Amino acid sequence: MSGELIAFFILGLIAIGGAVLMLNLSKVMHMVLALVFSFLSIAGIYVLLSAEFIAVVQVLIYSGAITIIMLFGIMLTRHNDTSEPQKAPLKNLLVLLGVVGFFLVMYFAVNNLTFGEQATDLHVDNTANIGIALFTEYVIPFELTSVLLLVALVGAIVLAKRDDEKEAEGDE
Amino acid sequence: MSSIPLSVFLVLALILFCIGLYGALTKRNTVIVLISIELMLNAVNINLVAFSKYGINPGITGQVFTLFTIAVAAAEAAVGLAILIALYRNRQTVNIDEMDRLKR
Repeated sequence: MSGELIAFFILGLIAIGGAVLMLNLSKVMHMVLALVFSFLSIAGIYVLLSAEFIAVVQVLIYSGAITIIMLFGIMLTRHNDTSEPQKAPLKNLLVLLGVVGFFLVMYFAVNNLTFGEQATDLHVDNTANIGIALFTEYVIPFELTSVLLLVALVGAIVLAKRDDEKEAEGDE
Repeated sequence: MSSIPLSVFLVLALILFCIGLYGALTKRNTVIVLISIELMLNAVNINLVAFSKYGINPGITGQVFTLFTIAVAAAEAAVGLAILIALYRNRQTVNIDEMDRLKR
């Protein structure tokens, strides 16, 4: 058993464990914190796949920014209520059956899937190669992404802005 | 050459995707639903990076598209949270069962 495989199993176990904890914890704040473990170990899995730049971006964006955004969302709403007891066990059972069916179908599709060859030089100048590919081949999607981020920023501000005239008319 | 086969990465991503799908379909709190969707997007990112190393045409393309996915996911989280806060201000609830204004 190589060290790479051991690292993969530990990281995968932490990732799945964090996600399962997210489903089973009762307090919303604890759910988000459990998911940070998942995000961090997914960054480790990116390192195993020789994608160092993606790993750093994962740590910055997911375990930093998105977690903080979600914590803000919890704190700006009712943060101390636990998620309510499930009222529809039949619906949950049906969803569980559907998800398990999906899992089985996809599992038999991807199990023992192999393409033979694999890239060996992805870790050499990883960030530089991503930058070159981004600014030569994918420059139009890159610019479109910047436009999308601007639109999302403006839309988020407009949506979350307090409507002063409406609140002056009367409470709710 | 790496000793890990491709399929274990795909199975790990599949398990994370299924957990995220179950959470998104059954949880009541809207913040947790958004978080579950983020988990599903993460599983897809693992697949993209794995195929960029082990795929039919291995190369840097999968990693570039993972960056695009992360950017779109961040935008989605910001807009989703803004909608959530606007709804909370109007209805005083984060329970997804009570957000049924379109049905009435």
